[in-house]
Amino acid sequence: MEILELTATALAEQVRSKQLSAVEVARAYLARIAELDPILHAYITVDADGALEAARAIDARLARGEDVGALAGVPIALKDIFVTRGLRTTCGSRILADWVPPYEGMPSARLRAAGAVVLGKANMDEFAMGSSNENSAFGACRNPWDIERVPGGSSGGSAAAVAARLCLGALGTDTGGSIRQPAALCGAVGIKPTYGRVSRYGVIAFASSLDQVGPLARTTEDAAALLEVIAGHDPLDATSLPQPVGRYREACRRGVRGLRIGVPAEYFAAGLDPEIEGAVRAAIDELVGQGAELVEISLPHTKYAIATYYLLCTAEASSNLARYDGVRFGMRAARPQDLGDLYSRTRHDGFGPEVKRRIILGTFALSAGYYDAYYAKGQRVRTLIRQDFSQAFERCDAIVVPTSPITAFKLGERLDDPLQMYLADIYTISCNLAGLPGLSLPCGFSSQGLPIGLQVLGRPLGEEQVFAVAGAYEQAHDWHRRVPEVRR
Amino acid sequence: MPWEVVIGLEVHVQLATQSKLFCACSTQFGAPPNSNVCAVCSGQPGVLPVLNEQAIVLALKLALATGGTIRRRSRFARKNYFYPDLPKGYQISQYDEPLAEHGAVEIWHEGQLRSVRLTRIHLEEDAGKNIHLATGAASLVDLNRAGVPLIEVVSEPDLRAPAEAAEYMRTLRGIVRALGICDGNLEQGSLRCDANISLRPWGQQALGTKVEIKNINSFRFVQKALEYEIERQSELLARGQAIQQETRQWSAEVGRTEAMRSKEEAHDYRYFPEPDLPPVEIDERLIESLRVALPELPLQRRQRLMEEGGLSDYDATELTRETELTDYYHLAVAAGGSPKRVANWMLTELLSRVDDARDVARAPVAPAGMAELLGLVESGKVSGKLAKDIWAKMWTSGGSALKIATDGDLFQQSDSAALEQAVRAVVEAHADRVAAYRAGKTKLMGWFVGQVMQATEGKANPKLVNTLLQQLLDG
Ligand SMILES: [Zn+2]
Repeated sequence: MEILELTATALAEQVRSKQLSAVEVARAYLARIAELDPILHAYITVDADGALEAARAIDARLARGEDVGALAGVPIALKDIFVTRGLRTTCGSRILADWVPPYEGMPSARLRAAGAVVLGKANMDEFAMGSSNENSAFGACRNPWDIERVPGGSSGGSAAAVAARLCLGALGTDTGGSIRQPAALCGAVGIKPTYGRVSRYGVIAFASSLDQVGPLARTTEDAAALLEVIAGHDPLDATSLPQPVGRYREACRRGVRGLRIGVPAEYFAAGLDPEIEGAVRAAIDELVGQGAELVEISLPHTKYAIATYYLLCTAEASSNLARYDGVRFGMRAARPQDLGDLYSRTRHDGFGPEVKRRIILGTFALSAGYYDAYYAKGQRVRTLIRQDFSQAFERCDAIVVPTSPITAFKLGERLDDPLQMYLADIYTISCNLAGLPGLSLPCGFSSQGLPIGLQVLGRPLGEEQVFAVAGAYEQAHDWHRRVPEVRR
Repeated sequence: MPWEVVIGLEVHVQLATQSKLFCACSTQFGAPPNSNVCAVCSGQPGVLPVLNEQAIVLALKLALATGGTIRRRSRFARKNYFYPDLPKGYQISQYDEPLAEHGAVEIWHEGQLRSVRLTRIHLEEDAGKNIHLATGAASLVDLNRAGVPLIEVVSEPDLRAPAEAAEYMRTLRGIVRALGICDGNLEQGSLRCDANISLRPWGQQALGTKVEIKNINSFRFVQKALEYEIERQSELLARGQAIQQETRQWSAEVGRTEAMRSKEEAHDYRYFPEPDLPPVEIDERLIESLRVALPELPLQRRQRLMEEGGLSDYDATELTRETELTDYYHLAVAAGGSPKRVANWMLTELLSRVDDARDVARAPVAPAGMAELLGLVESGKVSGKLAKDIWAKMWTSGGSALKIATDGDLFQQSDSAALEQAVRAVVEAHADRVAAYRAGKTKLMGWFVGQVMQATEGKANPKLVNTLLQQLLDG
């Protein structure tokens, strides 16, 4: 089991120095997947052949003395929202169940170029819509700490795979918290970088103005290493940022002495599990103990974040999902009567209930006569939320809050109550509306043995401060070293 | 009751870029179906648009040439609707923040200069094409056009007659071709228009109920469709019936407009700002550099031809419709042709030999060749009739006018002694007609000229023949 315990940075070092072969590593992880994934269902597609082939190629290049990159041999999982050429990409939906993409997306291409080995495609809520992974058309993924519970959503498969050692790192996407919330619920580290920091080219769109790609890993330094590889300007994504990529790994060891840590009262309100509040407050004390300065701040528009988010994300989703019409790719209804029948039956059969609910909401929010009352107003509130943060960041360098108000809940527990489910993202959504970087890392366990997440938010392009805070906290604890014992 | 006709046009102009608006695919016309298609323009999951900046530059040229106000910051929006030839389920277009607004197009119609105001000029992507098999067995989609850059030029309802609308579209075509931003190929769909038409009682300010006619792709059809609509609507109004607000299409086969959809079933496009594209920021320096580089536009050229060459309205207008014609004219005049003679010869002999005025740039007879031929006519060395024969030879087999005239002995006979002999022979051979002429049937003069021309195989100088005949017959 020694291979499985190495961090990504340590493992890449061993592969590069030929102490370990990439094939050996891939085999170890594939064996673990074969053993545990039937229980966890963290993967939709496991690409054992592709992974071994990629690993062999890396070993061959190393044998020729070539440089194979910073992530040489690191086995990773890609949320099944990432388009992979020649490898089925479902986005958790029946409508794309058999879709084999004709091209490769940018984040995965950059990982592969850095030597990472793709083990497969991780389970997810359909089209990234959900907070529990129960909306996957391929069946729910389970939380490795308690398989009766959800791993969180929508990157639940990625988080569960990382936590259960079914991969060493993973990519997820975060539209309203979909990297950070499952990271918190599974006890992994996950970061949603600044909007535009990572290319969205080849990432199936849910809500374009909110979606952002980020890594999940076991440690902050591994997350930083993955982010350094996938971040950076991409000419194929007009919203990607031109600024140079920061030195995230180095920032993890920078410490917090002199950093001003903002704590907003609005995030410690009713509905927050007392155990979580206790763990987060203890974490804040720890940071202060290491020399950080505590600053009380206010984010007054926080209470509007969920309503705003669901207006904007459903509006964009209703448009982004229009292309699944049965004409060019994906599922197509058999023997349609006419064009309307082709569209409606394909979409009726192809989409799950949550996706349909959001398409209908979004279509309504954009329709003539309601645009100003809903979408336009949502945009105005979004601006206010953004202003809240920019004012707060005049007084502090990073903000520390809980990631989720609750620990992992039971499968099916919230499935019949979408509004209750939407509240699971209450602490993560504002960050997407404002386009800020946000990281979640383990900061303790509940009395039931479930992970608790600490969230660190930063200024736009303030990833280095975020890593500095997270790294400082992580060094003082060993929560991240705990391994879930997956029991049937 | 006579009605005032109110027409506004929305003209779609395909921009002459090498690649599509949001991807690197070629815009080449006539490629095999779905050969100019990539993941982006076929709307595959996960793709993103990247703006082709060349399209912005071309659109700006038209905005500047028509005196429009350019927005320093414009924005793309999504226009959402379902159609098989629309790969993403939405079209990326500009909506509430177009690239340019206002400005005007001056048109010369029925001897008058009219200014047609523009509402806006905006950029958008084209859709693909549906092909419905005649058997009804299937419908196919060709996405070669999908993502091809278009600008939509929306006019105010300033046009008052179908012919005026057609002239406006012709003028706009002349402008975009002069600017080099569109090839102007109507038959390939590079210019299409939607026409809005309403009728109202004379003197009324408020507009009547508007009917939209979609996707007209020729000047003739614009005129015909509008003429048909005026008749249809005035008949309805005469019977006291209301006009229904609706979208119609022109059916060239049956020569009428047909209802497509009514206001009730009109689309709700659910426009919202395109989140995948940042706003378009236009640099002031770019605008200035484009402004100073604007070429002469057809209407300015027309003015210059009238002033410098003394051409008529008609000749100047026709010669400036196509850049190729104007260029040919200038080269022929520069080579020594007299402006009026060149204009006349071009509009008759040159244009009758090409299918499309744009082909004159590749005409087998170069402007200098025409000038040389016209010089021979001017100096009396070649008759007008023989000049046409020489022109035909130059066109089919090449060679200079002088050489063809020399080789074929096609010069005009202006040697009075030789001609007098021929004239005398004709007069002597027809004593009866001479008598009739002298008795007062002077109309016979033409017959005598014809006889002499025949005898000289058309080479006689007709003026000289006339004089000689007059001397003999009247003497
Ligand atoms: Zn393309």
